[in-house]
Amino acid sequence: MGYEDYEIVMGLEVHSELKTNTKIFCDCKNEFGGEPNTHCCPICTGMPGTLPVLNGKVVEYAIKAGLATNCKINQFSKQDRKNYFYPDLPKAYQVSQFDLPLCYEGEVEIEVEGEIRKIGITRIHIEEDAGKLNHEIGGTLVDYNRCGIPLIEIVSEPDFRSPVEVGIYMEKLRTILLYADVSDCKMNEGSLRCDVNLSVRKKGEKTLGTRTEMKNINSFSFAVKAAEYEAKRQIKVLESGGTIIQETRRWDEAKGITISMRTKEEAHDYRYFPEPDLMPIITTDEQILKWKASLPVMPDVRKANYIKDYGLGSKEAGILVASRKIADFFEAGASCSKNPKAVANWIISEVYSRLNEDEKEQGPMPIKGEDLGTLVNLIEEGTISGKMAKTVFEKMWQTGKSPATIVDEEGLKQNSDEDALRTIASDVLNNNEKIVADYLGGKEAAIQSLMGQMMKATKGKANPKMVIDLLKELLEAMR
Amino acid sequence: MLYQKSVSVLQHMLQNKEVSSEEVTQSYLDRIDVVDKKVGAYITVATESALATARSVDEKRNKGEVLSPFAGIPIGIKDNMCTEGLRTTCASKMLDNFIPPFDATIINKIKENDMIILGKLNMDEFAMGSSTENSAYHVTKNPWHLDYVPGGSSGGSAAAVAAELAPFTLGSDTGGSIRQPAHYCGVVGMKPTYGRVSRYGLIAFASSLDQIGPLTRDVSDAALALNLICGHDRMDSSSAFIDTPDFTTYLDQDIKGMRIALPREFMGEGIAEDVKASILSAVKVLENMGAVVDEVHMEMTEYALPSYYLISSAEASSNLARFDGIKYGHQAGDYDTLVELYKQSRDEGFGAEVKRRIMLGTYALSSGYYDAYYKKAQQVRTLIKNQFDLLFAEYDLVLTPTGPTTAFKIGAKINNPIEMYLNDICTVPINIAGLPAISLNSGFDRMGLPIGLQLIGKGFDEGTIIKVAHAYEQARVLDKVRPEL
Amino acid sequence: MKITREEVEHVAHLARLNLTEDEKIQMTKDMEAIIGFADQINALEIGDVIPTAHVIPINNVFRDDVARPSMDREKLLRNAPNQENGCFSVPKVVE
Repeated sequence: MGYEDYEIVMGLEVHSELKTNTKIFCDCKNEFGGEPNTHCCPICTGMPGTLPVLNGKVVEYAIKAGLATNCKINQFSKQDRKNYFYPDLPKAYQVSQFDLPLCYEGEVEIEVEGEIRKIGITRIHIEEDAGKLNHEIGGTLVDYNRCGIPLIEIVSEPDFRSPVEVGIYMEKLRTILLYADVSDCKMNEGSLRCDVNLSVRKKGEKTLGTRTEMKNINSFSFAVKAAEYEAKRQIKVLESGGTIIQETRRWDEAKGITISMRTKEEAHDYRYFPEPDLMPIITTDEQILKWKASLPVMPDVRKANYIKDYGLGSKEAGILVASRKIADFFEAGASCSKNPKAVANWIISEVYSRLNEDEKEQGPMPIKGEDLGTLVNLIEEGTISGKMAKTVFEKMWQTGKSPATIVDEEGLKQNSDEDALRTIASDVLNNNEKIVADYLGGKEAAIQSLMGQMMKATKGKANPKMVIDLLKELLEAMR
Repeated sequence: MLYQKSVSVLQHMLQNKEVSSEEVTQSYLDRIDVVDKKVGAYITVATESALATARSVDEKRNKGEVLSPFAGIPIGIKDNMCTEGLRTTCASKMLDNFIPPFDATIINKIKENDMIILGKLNMDEFAMGSSTENSAYHVTKNPWHLDYVPGGSSGGSAAAVAAELAPFTLGSDTGGSIRQPAHYCGVVGMKPTYGRVSRYGLIAFASSLDQIGPLTRDVSDAALALNLICGHDRMDSSSAFIDTPDFTTYLDQDIKGMRIALPREFMGEGIAEDVKASILSAVKVLENMGAVVDEVHMEMTEYALPSYYLISSAEASSNLARFDGIKYGHQAGDYDTLVELYKQSRDEGFGAEVKRRIMLGTYALSSGYYDAYYKKAQQVRTLIKNQFDLLFAEYDLVLTPTGPTTAFKIGAKINNPIEMYLNDICTVPINIAGLPAISLNSGFDRMGLPIGLQLIGKGFDEGTIIKVAHAYEQARVLDKVRPEL
Repeated sequence: MKITREEVEHVAHLARLNLTEDEKIQMTKDMEAIIGFADQINALEIGDVIPTAHVIPINNVFRDDVARPSMDREKLLRNAPNQENGCFSVPKVVE
């Protein structure tokens, strides 16, 4: 038997930092970095006697994340203590949620090789982040700046069957959280990270195999690679007659392997119990409806709309909805344009290449979507040529000015004044008797030369279609 | 002598400038200097800061500034409330060198009111105990009989009031830790309703049960003290959004027609004869004033104590996990690994009773035992709360002894945890239900040790307790007023 | 309820307490007595009574999402037995 005889079963626990101004239980600011222990107070460092008070925004953001992933909401929810000793956890317990998480039973659709797969969301709960340990020679230094940063943990069902799905799902989840505007999802700052639970079983078997957990993976590609490696490792162990040990493993990117983190003393018993210092969270139907209404249209819906309403291809639509910023930009342009498909093409060919990865998601756009729509309209109306449009676009990108302004200022407007063009055309025909004769003699290509003369005379601004029509008309009249 | 004056008398004297705060403060410091050698109520006496604050308050008053009625009044604080810049030990070796970088909300109030903190008072380590013998520092003596315990865990707070080492003090009550020492020391001890007083900065023992309250010489001082300490605090999620009445308006009121329940379960087996007799004579006094006292049944009381020990120990095991020798507190000298640092620091820093409770709490929460112990105890809690609701549908107050016996000899129960726990039998149900209750003296036993009477009220109805307690206090006849020291 | 020495050791490890040999013997005895005492509640047939975690009915206590200054670091670290470069310092944690 070999690799292909096995089925991989995976579930994900994704941790995402919420983009609140302050920490979850105190007034310290929620900000990445900073000198060690400078975003701290007695509460987030767990000094004796201090008490937590929940940041209301955390509840709002977590429920919005739940609504965006089609979850049900626990309208009576509470917080619990998860007890364990570790230097990054100053109270020796993490305030989390145990049996009544804010959100449960959701679902996210992912597209794998053209096929739609549904990934179940078991639950989404709120919890506090731990501090950061910096390992130095001879000792470990503890920085509590990250302590108390609000997190949501999004727990999936064991619905993944191949490592590639893990990457697609994380990308999708990231997009959703950015749409819901509840997290920055900055991978390099660790604001989105995941634990991968993985087991394998022979195809056709019903019971799950023993699983291992790979913790704190902060890159999509690492998650995929770790899952691929771990699946192979487990199969190899089983094929050679061994058994899988339930344990926590760490992905070592440099070596490209997973390593056991199990130490002999670790038999986890978190002794969860209701957090007596924090009161229950009760949400009303009204509140939930309000939050739901405040959410933007989600990417899946937008994609379907783009295909249906604008005739875009699935791939093009997919590119546009990958970022809410780009999708909003497209919609602004498409809504005021006579040719939404052309707007999409402009975005994919011109706008996209000018933005780096970060800029695709946040920060202001150099130009307005409406202006791109207008630019496309100017082409459609024949006001400017496609070639000129490129020049106009470049100026728009640099200055942020509207296309009309640029066309005016630069004098780029096409000459479509029929009387004026007719006069110029007559002059051109009079001054080029030989070429005219060639044309009338059957060399129809000679008209291109006349066209060139026209453009020269109008400094390239003549409406090319009108010029051709005029020239033909005048030439035919001379027969 | 100045140190013999009650808070209300001192307030008048200070406001009328008959006396300065410095004189009052000095009078207490001098008394502490002499008498506390015998009693041992204080862990830390803040002589210099107390005098400096007193002088600055006097200066303000002399300039004609408008001051709080509490300005210039000294107070003693149980050593589990964080005082910025002033050592806060919880009577534990673990926090021997801990100087909080912030003030508890209650300490903020005291400072905003220009009060004088005389010092930090002895207690059972981390408020776990009923005798103040579990202090890492010294055993506080009962001022009425120095061979006897003052009760606990706020034994220092009660002894200081009884021995006139402070006009009044603050204690904390998780299962009777204010009321039981008040009973043993013959003073007034009040546990307000859970949520009345901010817990922010009170070093937690059991978060769902802890409540700060005053220990005073009489009921009218208790009313004053409640005015000072109650009120909503944004720093404490369990702080109730409820107005604080002026509790002194409940003083000197007629109690005719008040309905008081006397549950048989607290007057039966295990309750000392002297205690029973004293409670029954108190009932007579109340009846003579027109109150209606009925004997009633109260079910579930036998389950209150085990439930209390499970809930409080479980919460304590988690609350005390932060003492790991890294951020503050005792750190072991000898360790190689992180786990050794934790284990050794905690083993050295905590005393025997604290370790027992941490062990019990950890056990009750651990995998496989949660449902049988912790969850079950929380279910019992619901039933006990329901029992009180039933009683309060018909009665204004519930009356019981504060404890089954009067003070016991130092060392008599220290080696028998269960026997020690039984001292809390009358007080824990009140914490479990989050209710307010007072203990005040109703007489003395044949040894001359004080006996306490407990009045339990409806949630947030401290006023009625004050009303009946004050009426009783005015009517009762005591053969002794203060201990001889 | 019989409490074994192994259980005491396991619980002591969960609680990060280094009990000495004598302490283990005493603790086993004490735990047995205390848990035996606590076991009284198991005489009560309780059904599906809702457990009470919070004794007064307060819900939805929320803080505004407005930042206030953090604590001065020197003050924050003042009680730390070991500190280095503005951090709390612990023996090397092996990952």
